Amino acid sequence: MAEETNTAVATANGGAEPSRSETPRAEGPRGVRGPRPGGPGGREGGRKYFRRKKVCKFCVEKIESINYKDVRLLAQFVAESGKIVPRRLTGVCTPHQRRLSTAIKQARNIALLPFAGRA
Amino acid sequence: MNRTYELMFIVRPDMSEEDLDKLISTLEGQVTTTGGTVKSVERMGKRRLAYTVRRFADGMYILLTVEGSGALVHELERRLRVTEPVIKFLTVRVDHEQKRLDKIKQIREARRKAPPAPATPEAGSEPAPATA
Repeated sequence: MAEETNTAVATANGGAEPSRSETPRAEGPRGVRGPRPGGPGGREGGRKYFRRKKVCKFCVEKIESINYKDVRLLAQFVAESGKIVPRRLTGVCTPHQRRLSTAIKQARNIALLPFAGRA
Repeated sequence: MNRTYELMFIVRPDMSEEDLDKLISTLEGQVTTTGGTVKSVERMGKRRLAYTVRRFADGMYILLTVEGSGALVHELERRLRVTEPVIKFLTVRVDHEQKRLDKIKQIREARRKAPPAPATPEAGSEPAPATA
């Protein structure tokens, strides 16, 4: 039974997301435990591939200053529509997301980032 | 109470260099007469705006870093508002943030020195008798 789910996972990884299947996380727990080795987003039903644990970019790269002038940095956290990408998608930690959203709003005010849509 | 502020403003792209120089010098004069200091003036050049402002798609960005009181900022903002070629401005207080960054930097420095520190007692204990 565990074998079946694991093969399903493997095919899902190979088919849908080839880039993610490269990660060691996807291969490590295969056959050792069940389909969920305590991963972050292991919902029953629906998608069954292993999700990589998201990490906060600012904590990992030790970026402390989130400045409204740094458009290139901020643009990574703004969707195509101009919206701020939520934490649950980017993995940014709460304190950094707070600073990030402030900086994005300041950048919008001075026309460095769009309020809506790509300029 | 002196605080550090960043005033970023956008002037219309068709403004001439001389007019821009004049505008910046009047702002600087205003800062010094109100009892503040101009820390830096940075011309960030012409940039495409993320959205049209007063029917302009481009604008010249100027960043002014000043130190002074809230009244000074109030006066500068009033001036910018009445100056016709200025199409947008933003004032951000930066001293708190700078203080926080300095603190973090200090902690990081201390930590960088700390890893050798636990190692040195072991290494230091051996040469210690030799030196003593």
